[in-house]
Amino acid sequence: MATINRNPSSIDQKNVRLIDARGPRFSATITTIILATTLVTHSKVLIGIQLVVFAIGAFAGPQKTPYAFLFKKFVKPRLSGDVPTEDVRPPQFAQKVGLLFAAVALVGTLLGHPIFFVVATGFALAAAFLNSAFNFCLGCEMYLLIARATHRFRK
Amino acid sequence: MGTWTPLLLILIATSGYGFWYQRSRGRVVTASPKAQSEPLRLISSLEIGSELGSRVTLVQFSSAFCSPCRATRALLTDIVADLPDVVHVDIDAESHLELVRKLDIRSTPTTIILDARGLEVGRAVGAPRRDQVIATLANVK
Repeated sequence: MATINRNPSSIDQKNVRLIDARGPRFSATITTIILATTLVTHSKVLIGIQLVVFAIGAFAGPQKTPYAFLFKKFVKPRLSGDVPTEDVRPPQFAQKVGLLFAAVALVGTLLGHPIFFVVATGFALAAAFLNSAFNFCLGCEMYLLIARATHRFRK
Repeated sequence: MGTWTPLLLILIATSGYGFWYQRSRGRVVTASPKAQSEPLRLISSLEIGSELGSRVTLVQFSSAFCSPCRATRALLTDIVADLPDVVHVDIDAESHLELVRKLDIRSTPTTIILDARGLEVGRAVGAPRRDQVIATLANVK
């Protein structure tokens, strides 16, 4: 019959920005490589660089990061076919989560707590790898659970 | 220098989860019939904020940070366009947390398939596959 919209955050609304869906997945692959190297070498510089990239993705948008620039400059021109688009908000949410983990990892290692560094880097790596290899949607899996938990807490 | 152990453990664990994720997401799972003694848990038109379809209602739960929700909405909109006795309702999960808990919805998109009475006959977590949705719809009396 028909579709009834009870969804105020509906992505079909006009004010939602769409980006090339392949960009975030390419960026997730680079992020995976950087974080894997970080985890093995315990490099403060690498986690610092990744933190800056996450911060750009979290605040300016995932289409504004250096990885997205690499995608536009070198990868996108070689891709053919229709451009699959996606709402910018889900990958931006994932960048915010990544920023949080990278911040914990960096602070942990600077204060001499390598366990924080390993665990936080590990979570960020897991999310980036799942996104890159399996098209995992972090916002889909996490956001509702957080909403359910915080709502219960507030009551 | 660090070690390779954490990296290897993470790659193994996430690969296992990743394969399960890819296999399970989008699959339409039909609900097993309840024992006679158990009361039927019916979803009312009041709870979803829309009339139920005369045969089937597809209740889609969406959220803002969900890429496949958009594709799911487009797919289900397209499927129900030709079916006069089926209604598709797109619901913002965050503003319907009571219903989300009642139906134990954990991620978006989740699509619940209700029969004419409002009884859940199946659900799909993730963007469902067109052929499976059509096959499930055909089986609902």
